Amino acid sequence: MRIICPYCGERELGEFTYLGDAKPQRPAADAGEDAVYDYVYLRDNIAGVMSEHWYHGGGCRAWLKVTRNTLTHEISAVEPAAGVGAAKVGA
Amino acid sequence: MVAGAQTHRLANGGVIDRSTSLSFRFDGKTLLGFQGDTLASALVANGVKLVGRSFKYHRPRGILTAGSEEPNALVELRTGARREANTKATTAELYEGLEAASQNRWPSLNFDVMSVNQLFAPIFVAGFYYKTFMWPAKFWETIYEPAIRRAAGLGRAAGVSDPDHYDKAWAHCDVVIAGSGPTGLAAALAAGRSGARVILCEEDFVLGGRLLADGGTIDGLPAAEWVARTVAELEAMPDVRIMTRTTLFGVYDGGTYGAIERVNDHLPVPPEHQVRQRLWRIVAKRCVVAAGSIERPIVFAGNDTPGVMMASAMRSYINRYAAAPARRIALFTNNEDGWRTAETAIAAGLQVAAVIDARPDVSPAHRSLASKAGFPVLHGSVSGVDGGKNGVRKISVALTGGARAEAEADGLAVSGGWNPAVGLTSYHRGRPKWRDDIAAFVPDGAPPGMIAAGAANGAFGLGACLREGFEAGAVAARDAGRSGNIGSMPVADDEAFSLTPLWHVAGKGKAFVDQQHDVTASDVELAQREGFESVEHLKRYTTLGMATDQGKTSNVAGLAIMAAVTGKSIPETGTTIYRPPYVPVAIGAFAGHHRDENFHATRLTPSHQWAAEQGAVFVDTGLWKRAQWYPRAGEKDWLESVTREVKAVRSGVGFCDVSTLGKIDVHGPDAGAFLDRVYINAFSSLAVGKARYGLMLREDGIVYDDGTTSRLAEDHYFLTTTTAKAGLVMQHLEFCRQVLFPELDVQLTSVSDQWAQFSIAGPKTRDLLKEIVDPAEDLSNEGFPFMGAREVKLRGGLKARLFRISFSGEMAFEISVPARYGEAMARNLMIAGKPFGVTPYGTEALGVMRIEKGHVAGPELNGTTTAGDLGLGKMMSTKKDFIGRVMAGREALVAPDRQVVVGIKPTDKARRLRSGAHIIPKGETPGPGNDQGYVTSVCFSPVLDQWIGLGLVERGRERIGEIVRAHDPLRGEDYDVELCNSVFYDPDGGRQRG
Repeated sequence: MRIICPYCGERELGEFTYLGDAKPQRPAADAGEDAVYDYVYLRDNIAGVMSEHWYHGGGCRAWLKVTRNTLTHEISAVEPAAGVGAAKVGA
Repeated sequence: MVAGAQTHRLANGGVIDRSTSLSFRFDGKTLLGFQGDTLASALVANGVKLVGRSFKYHRPRGILTAGSEEPNALVELRTGARREANTKATTAELYEGLEAASQNRWPSLNFDVMSVNQLFAPIFVAGFYYKTFMWPAKFWETIYEPAIRRAAGLGRAAGVSDPDHYDKAWAHCDVVIAGSGPTGLAAALAAGRSGARVILCEEDFVLGGRLLADGGTIDGLPAAEWVARTVAELEAMPDVRIMTRTTLFGVYDGGTYGAIERVNDHLPVPPEHQVRQRLWRIVAKRCVVAAGSIERPIVFAGNDTPGVMMASAMRSYINRYAAAPARRIALFTNNEDGWRTAETAIAAGLQVAAVIDARPDVSPAHRSLASKAGFPVLHGSVSGVDGGKNGVRKISVALTGGARAEAEADGLAVSGGWNPAVGLTSYHRGRPKWRDDIAAFVPDGAPPGMIAAGAANGAFGLGACLREGFEAGAVAARDAGRSGNIGSMPVADDEAFSLTPLWHVAGKGKAFVDQQHDVTASDVELAQREGFESVEHLKRYTTLGMATDQGKTSNVAGLAIMAAVTGKSIPETGTTIYRPPYVPVAIGAFAGHHRDENFHATRLTPSHQWAAEQGAVFVDTGLWKRAQWYPRAGEKDWLESVTREVKAVRSGVGFCDVSTLGKIDVHGPDAGAFLDRVYINAFSSLAVGKARYGLMLREDGIVYDDGTTSRLAEDHYFLTTTTAKAGLVMQHLEFCRQVLFPELDVQLTSVSDQWAQFSIAGPKTRDLLKEIVDPAEDLSNEGFPFMGAREVKLRGGLKARLFRISFSGEMAFEISVPARYGEAMARNLMIAGKPFGVTPYGTEALGVMRIEKGHVAGPELNGTTTAGDLGLGKMMSTKKDFIGRVMAGREALVAPDRQVVVGIKPTDKARRLRSGAHIIPKGETPGPGNDQGYVTSVCFSPVLDQWIGLGLVERGRERIGEIVRAHDPLRGEDYDVELCNSVFYDPDGGRQRG
């Protein structure tokens, strides 16, 4: 499997670290225990197309949001996480 | 046998170099062959029929095929550390001095004691082991398994480390082609001419595939000439790479293909600085599978007799190697193609004893060939073979209509038709589809980007192979974006095709389906009777197709027999799932250079060279090598060295390289706010020029890591992590920064490798530092108080970072200098510290002093403990949100009976405390019900002059002074210990503040 890093180009799987489901959003500080519990433990693990967090630790250290079919490893989209600094880089 | 006789070498022909004679040994006998031979062809040329004994019954076996599908002719190749078991003689290239030994025989191949297994054959049926060795259970390990292991199996592993090197490499191209027969060469021509970057993989050491054995006419040229012309054209193309001795063995996602290149297997020993094999990962936009097809046997009694050989293999030995497998050959075929072996035999001056053809009709051309050459054509099937370890003597034939006949022959060629090599196309769980017209499975679709062509796609004629190959090459190149002129297509005639399916001839005697695993037709029938009808069950119950050849010559016959006994059709019966690799690949090739000392990278601290000169003993800490202690002459063991180092620090001054700590620069206007969210305690309130101990949690409330973070400027913090978690904390912080808190203006830079850092500790630390640091710097308690942190100038002008932090509990500083000055710093500390008795200390002394001070480390930060468990609960800020805050408040994580860090010391001062010992209340019987925790860290404390430790003990902090049992069943120990304050040394901290 290879991922096209928006900064480094197409790179081999070994450069990346997998985290998992990219959908859950960290609840606000006052959201309460149930919301945080859901965020921490209730993750999707879809047999099919899924939005996932991958870390390019062997390259630019960007956290990427990768849209991947977990059955075929087909990757349909890769975008940097919001805070990578894309705006600053692009400016 | 006389060396050099080559009794079965033909006078003319063959793709061999008769001017280069090669001497080799098989089972101790010296024989001769030629350059261009395989071990198998050289054995054939020397008239050797018996090559090995079979897996289960120890039956004599010969050579069945001439390729990587070989089930029988497996040998131990080479000797000593390079001995390689189960090497196929049919693919092993001959070289001068080659040594091979037959397998699974004792005491010798000719006289094998275990062949008595044949007499017990009726009990060695499918499922024998499952049925027989069920009880008593303990007998399995002690009696049955060792006995079976001696009797069964194939070759022996070398038993010592492989002395050769293996490599791994990547390649990228437009089109990768598997196979260089007519299909593959035509595909390469079309793709190459179109301008595509092409990699052509051929597992053989010569290009041409079946053309080498079967010849033919292409573009009006003899096949060999056409191959030479085509290869010359391909070699002239700069973007075409031809890789011989390279098997494309697997297909993975994203157009990645695995290939194994046997770089130097054809030499006795790889040349200096060269690898034995290389594992390729080839990334290709398109793949053309031109892997050809595999001739399949017909199952009949005695079909494993040495001298029974695939018809196409006989042609290979005669035409390619000029070696005659037999002098009087009988042919058993159910198809037109098999007859080519009779033609080949006659052309080579060999006799044909008879052709047994299972089809109702034989073409007039073949009839006239038979009458001209004077051999009978028998309509029927081979029902038995008379022969043994010295080969075939007589063939029994069941004629159509019921009569019987016999033919005297010393070799029997068999052709049951051809099976396309559907492995590569099926490796993504694809199932091939059945084609009635050729009675074979062909690819039904393929992984993305892959096209099957030619015989691999069920197109067996030479003309069709060229056509399909050329078209597939053109399409692949076009799909890869190449549009050059592909020129004209090579053309050839197509041979007539005629086949009457025949899988199994009923008869008396063992009829083998899978010769490598000794699975017979009656085993398949037995499996069906016992309910193992599904092909996957059949495979696992009988082990059909599970050997090193993965059933290349046996799978289809096995399921055809299953289909016959169940009354289902072959496509209804189906195939098992195909999985890579196509050929066995050495584990060494997958490992490549990543073995022994190169199993992982090695990181050396900046002062490593200096420490090595001091005689330091190093310990592996993750990838790092760290000085563990520095033994001195006369010290009897590590404990004496470590104790000396601790005493020297506590009474004078010592230093330790702590560069392995993770170091991260945190910059930006929101740096403080960011750290507030990742640590449980506050950092935005930290004054510039100060350091603070920080603890970070995982989001689930468990402690993640700890370390000291200093504020060097308003918008600049310097954060340290533990050695073990350095990379992971960086990853975690980047996640927090990029994903969780993108609104914060903060940047992270890993500077672990940029700074060499030393801890200097002991009451004389300041005296030593004054020799190092510029005299203008104020190091007094007022000028540089405890937990101070700032940049300082060193004598000579170098800028360094100085931190007044202490892990040892002594008056201490940590000093950071750019990594390139690390070694010089160590040397200078030794010189400057000489008057003060400076002592370098290692990680063991560091550990002793941290335990004496009750500081937690890896054994306590073990992924199960909370801040409260570590006694650091009060650090958790209630004024801010931070990672892990909410989950840390869960009921179970704040329960009063949690196991918490506490000091532990044996009541008997002379006793050694061991980590891992379990804490049991006095008077209780040890067991899970009253296990209250365990000892996590221990050391011999020079200060207390006894062994002490830290432990995680239920309600430990409320039980100071209680005597409990340390129960250690692993070491057979049980002794009393006292629970005590975890800070054994200088509990009010006066020394580190002084």
